[in-house]
Amino acid sequence: METALSSLATILPLAADDSGFHAPSLADFFPPAVLFEGTPFEINRIMIVRFIATAVLLTIIILAAKRAKLVPGRGQVIIEMVMNFARKGIADEILGEKLGKKYAPVITTILFSIFFLNITGVVPFLNVAGTSVIGLPLIFALWVFFLYLIDAVRSLGVGGFLKGQLFPPGVPKFVYIVLTPVEFLQVFLLRPATLTIRLFANMMAGHLLLALCFSATSYLFFQAAGGLKVLGAVTLAGGFAFYLLEIFVAALQAYVFAILTAVYLQMALEPEH
Amino acid sequence: MKGTTPVEITGNLAVIGYGLAAIGPGIGLGILFGKTIESMARQPEMSGQLRSTMFIGLAFIEVFGLLGLVTPFIFP
Repeated sequence: METALSSLATILPLAADDSGFHAPSLADFFPPAVLFEGTPFEINRIMIVRFIATAVLLTIIILAAKRAKLVPGRGQVIIEMVMNFARKGIADEILGEKLGKKYAPVITTILFSIFFLNITGVVPFLNVAGTSVIGLPLIFALWVFFLYLIDAVRSLGVGGFLKGQLFPPGVPKFVYIVLTPVEFLQVFLLRPATLTIRLFANMMAGHLLLALCFSATSYLFFQAAGGLKVLGAVTLAGGFAFYLLEIFVAALQAYVFAILTAVYLQMALEPEH
Repeated sequence: MKGTTPVEITGNLAVIGYGLAAIGPGIGLGILFGKTIESMARQPEMSGQLRSTMFIGLAFIEVFGLLGLVTPFIFP
């Protein structure tokens, strides 16, 4: 009985353990492995969430593409609206007609996949964003980094690329002593690093905020004494407010990542503007 | 009784550090949004372009606040 209770307590710490308040911690992002423990292909809860998000995204897009009609249905209209926004609102507006046409697929892919991986943070039972551990944002950022690096070197040559990035025209010669190292750091380190950190830190902070609000609500309602129970209503309302905010943040971060991809591509490919 | 008994303070100094780190981006975002709204009111026909430029600026400013958030993990 004792062991059964204690094992229950480890599974359901909030429900079974009434010894106090459990704040969410970083351990949330490193759940125990489910499959292939100890190998590089270790599957844990967050990996499963990522698989689910990818499967849902693929299913929706494939179904929409298969049933695409000249007169679109309701679902098709929504997807076409987002795709049109990625092409017209992001790619064409920042990169211009010609480059925009070339990079619209990349930007659309980034917009859709980051949105679907972010939104799992507010989907009940999944409860954690696929992008809230640094690996996946890093992959996206490295993709963008090598994309602008390789394409710029291909179209401008190594010399032209470095000259455009490190020695921007229109400043006095001696300013280059300060400007060139800063620009070097920008291009080769800060752009991919900030893309990664922005996405991952946003989703991590969002998860911690939601978990804090709802675990505080549970503690205040079921374990706290007398008057403190009233505070539970406040944390519950706060939790719902942050829930709505997280939906907005998931969409905003996907948009910001896509628009920065376009901006970085534009900066690398047309340095003189 | 010797001297004063200080109030016992527990917790992590990093919390204060994050509070300090959030001041700069807070001011920056305030200026950014304020100026954008001002410009939109002056020239409503430029709203679309202003908004997308604003989001680019937002992304650059926001990262400073988030750097403060991840610093404790990098330098524990």
